[in-house]
Amino acid sequence: MEVNAEARRILAVSISKLYASRTQRGGLRLHRSLLLSLVMKSARDIYHSSRESEGPPVGGEQPSTEEAMDACSGCPGEANPGHREPQPEPESVEPAPEDPEGCDGEITEDKENRSPARQSRKRRGKASAAPDFLPSKRARLEPGEERYAAAPLGSCCRAGAVDSLSALSLNRVIPAF
Amino acid sequence: MWSDWGAAGPGGDMQWCFSQVKGAIDDDVAEADIISTVEFNHTGELLATGDKGGRVVIFQQEIENKNPPQFRSEYNVYSTFQSHEPEFDYLKSLEIEEKINKIRWLPQKNAAQFLLSTNDKTIKLWKISERDKRPEGYNLKEEDGRYKDPNTITSLRVPVLIPMDLMVEASPRRVFANAHTYHINSISVNSDNETYLSADDLRINLWHLEITDRSFNIVDIKPANMEELTEVITAAEFHPHQCNTFVYSSSKGTIRLCDMRASALCDKHSKLFEEPEDPSNRSFFSEIISSISDVKFSHNGRYMMTRDYLSVKIWDLNMENRPVETYQVHEYLRSKLCSLYENDCIFDKFECCWNGNDSVVMTGSYNNFFRMFDRGHRRDVTLEASRENSKPMQVLKPRKVCAGGKRKKDEISVDSLDFNKKILHTAWHPQDNIIAVATTNNLYIFQDKVI
Repeated sequence: MEVNAEARRILAVSISKLYASRTQRGGLRLHRSLLLSLVMKSARDIYHSSRESEGPPVGGEQPSTEEAMDACSGCPGEANPGHREPQPEPESVEPAPEDPEGCDGEITEDKENRSPARQSRKRRGKASAAPDFLPSKRARLEPGEERYAAAPLGSCCRAGAVDSLSALSLNRVIPAF
Repeated sequence: MWSDWGAAGPGGDMQWCFSQVKGAIDDDVAEADIISTVEFNHTGELLATGDKGGRVVIFQQEIENKNPPQFRSEYNVYSTFQSHEPEFDYLKSLEIEEKINKIRWLPQKNAAQFLLSTNDKTIKLWKISERDKRPEGYNLKEEDGRYKDPNTITSLRVPVLIPMDLMVEASPRRVFANAHTYHINSISVNSDNETYLSADDLRINLWHLEITDRSFNIVDIKPANMEELTEVITAAEFHPHQCNTFVYSSSKGTIRLCDMRASALCDKHSKLFEEPEDPSNRSFFSEIISSISDVKFSHNGRYMMTRDYLSVKIWDLNMENRPVETYQVHEYLRSKLCSLYENDCIFDKFECCWNGNDSVVMTGSYNNFFRMFDRGHRRDVTLEASRENSKPMQVLKPRKVCAGGKRKKDEISVDSLDFNKKILHTAWHPQDNIIAVATTNNLYIFQDKVI
């Protein structure tokens, strides 16, 4: 989904900016960090709501969330009259896409060597949940020697990924002085 | 509705001419040379710049021809000094940059000039004084300073002052330190000439110019829980005439006017200036582009101007619900916000300034363009600061950006704009039509053909 991809891209860019700003001369800039976190929050909300509305593959597009993305994709949609604010639940949505089969499948795996994105919801903790495009902060082998590749989001761990993003506490990016 | 301010016509139109450019010609810019602030003093005779390397350079105006229309003046280096050095906060393991964030001149009281300069944490009061005489004929000392053998002294004389080459000395008279946890973004001298304010992301402090070991905290927007932080202070300024009034702007696009007579802590504003957001312009980056980067009172004290990423707004102090005038600086960038976010340009903090009689406002843009908006005649112009247009008294040709469709001759398309060439700092002479425009590491001085 275009909206998804855009939101993920913005999130990834934002997070890398946030990490980069930690090593900036003069220390972390509060104003900049705040603005980054606001963008990340918007992107996360769009991503989250568009993931919720996806469900099992739905045919049509979702114009309301797309309109919020117009500034990014630069598509001619900007000229649309009747711009609306992004609606969290487009009318045509199917029930939320909880995919229990994917989670059940995970239980039989090696629990100790699970990558963060593949955790089941039951095991989820705030600190341990992280979307697959974030650099992993866990102790691990040298790059290229990871035991598990990050799973693509379209697969059985979809539910886990959605919950991972929502669990990512953006408020934590503001350093508490 | 607004017409281009093109060729000269009757009725006192301004025609901007190149006057001077200061700084290295190299394309390779040393980071320390990046200009970070520009400020004329109250008479316009002195022009100060601060840079990322912590240096202050002051230029003095020398008038070659006083008579209009041939009025010609030149700004030459008057004094250069190292204002701030890099420091290290050992407690927080943080380096404190020496970059000069702001310079503000004090009104002149005697022969010496005084200015305040600040980096992220420390404000300093500098005295700039001239010495053009030196004493000669001491009884006990030789001319080179060595003490004479007292047995050789047979007569007594009074030392005399003899002329010498002009020497300009800058000395730090006060250091105002350790009052800001966050990064200082503004300083503003009060009209009482005794106090000034300094503002960081979350707090504003009031200082007395004579007292360095304490300051009063007058605004504190730090939440009890930092995770609840939603906005920061981005700029603050005292009213030009009312010594009890100041304003501060926020990252949410609001401006608060505070009256220090109301209470010691001005957390409650007297007025809140805010314009409702246009829902049709909502995007991921709405919050970033609505953050105010600069706020300036008009000289007459009736209006204030704010600069956000895409526009300049003029507010009447008596009307809080919307600005009285809004000028689009570079609306063609609205569709490019995603790219500007990726290359960090969306975080650029542009300043703005008024001319002497508050009829024209000016602000910078990209590609070394800067914009002027004539409030009275409802005209605007885009000009460029570049070495190509730098012949003496060369008239600047208005520039135009082509936002879409077919590009006309002499227009530049949005995709060709150089976003590394940005004009963040501009200043207007308090009386005359002379402007100082800072590109990355060069200072351009332009003047109106007819002054």
